[in-house]
Amino acid sequence: MPESTSPLFTDLKPVSLPLTKETILSLHAGDLVGLNGYLYTGRDQTHRRFEELLDAGESLPVDLAGQLLYYVGPSPAQPGQVIGAAGPTTSYRMDKYTPRLMDLGLTATMGKGMRGKEVREAISRHQGLYLVAFGGAGAYLSKCIIQAEVVAFADAGPEALFRFKVENFPAVVINDAHGNDYYEMVKNKQA
Amino acid sequence: MRIIQADEITQVVRDGTMAAGTDLEPDIMDALTRARDTETSPLSKNVLSLLLNNAVIAKTEKIPLCQDTGVAVVFVEIGQEVYVDGNLENALQKGVAEGYKDGYLRKSVCDPITRVNTGTNTPAVIHYEIVAGDELRISLLPKGCGSENMSALTMLSPSVGIRGMVDFVVDKVVEAGPNPCPPVTVGVGMGGSFEKAAILAKKSLLRPLGEPHSREDIRQLEEEIKQAINEQGMGVHGFGGNHTSLAVHIESFPSHIASLPVAVNIQCHAHRYKKIIL
Repeated sequence: MPESTSPLFTDLKPVSLPLTKETILSLHAGDLVGLNGYLYTGRDQTHRRFEELLDAGESLPVDLAGQLLYYVGPSPAQPGQVIGAAGPTTSYRMDKYTPRLMDLGLTATMGKGMRGKEVREAISRHQGLYLVAFGGAGAYLSKCIIQAEVVAFADAGPEALFRFKVENFPAVVINDAHGNDYYEMVKNKQA
Repeated sequence: MRIIQADEITQVVRDGTMAAGTDLEPDIMDALTRARDTETSPLSKNVLSLLLNNAVIAKTEKIPLCQDTGVAVVFVEIGQEVYVDGNLENALQKGVAEGYKDGYLRKSVCDPITRVNTGTNTPAVIHYEIVAGDELRISLLPKGCGSENMSALTMLSPSVGIRGMVDFVVDKVVEAGPNPCPPVTVGVGMGGSFEKAAILAKKSLLRPLGEPHSREDIRQLEEEIKQAINEQGMGVHGFGGNHTSLAVHIESFPSHIASLPVAVNIQCHAHRYKKIIL
């Protein structure tokens, strides 16, 4: 996180990636976390390709078991940059694919906006997690990504599967392993 | 007659495209600042501070404000006394393609059937209008699709009246929830025909943020809709508070006696545009 902005979030709860079961169970809807470690990225085309591979009985290019998948299609890095703008994309478009990936061991997802019923049920069933990053803060969030490499589907451009190393990457827990939904809590004035 | 060279058009569109990707206009910065200063939810207030900070980083370091640098929507008003020396459409498309390439903006445009990326962020969606005078006015409105996807158009029965239109707009924004990155600007097209309503809704987003409509009854509707949205308390990114919408802009056009088209085009807080006059 850039120094000039650190006072904004003095109370980020540090969370290491990949997530442990213990960490997941300790997190609750509405928690503001700072993510540290490695995660994978994917969005529309990435998921479509995951599905094609799985339908053909093949394995995915990376083992997503225990991992966090961040829905993002970054803008291109300029010379000397790790990555371009890299804020979240809207998550519901991945809803169709998420329960199947969670059945295969994917632990957590991060994007922006609401998830559908099937995804929320999958999160509860697997004791997983759904987080949102701050939409439209792509320039700021690019500073929290300290390494980036394409690990598969390079031809898909921004829809490639990247591996990021993040540092103090801010996010909010929306759906926790205990069945809570932060958006619902806000709507019902419970937050 | 006034002659404008196509190359000059390409150059200003390229530069404008790059600037739009990284620099928020003063009216948008002011609206976000006012929202931050009057926000009631502590988390939303923090997020608004973050968004203002993001805008400073983007402008200073020329990193796009948002990775979704949009589909390039361009409104062109051609004075009827203007003669373009060269191919206007090609000049505009070339300017957009160069801007996305040279500005390290994301190329997000693909074939709708194959989903194969065109690689240049073109073709831009260009709306031409012939107007009086000898100016060429180009408005660049790169449109992110988190918000675009939450937009809607309906053909209402005139019997639903003003109440029916208001309810439709409010419902669409509330249904969209946090998906379009609130605080949003809500562009509304009332009347005209099927396509006219959509274009009015989009074009209304080019009005300086929060500037009320010149017609008193429409101005009141804008205020009523904004209040109804904000009273729901969804807030910034769905985190609660009093700023789900920064502004509602309505444009209207007479419609058929049997018809009442209403279009809602939602714009995210990263409301990027650039206006060029040649």
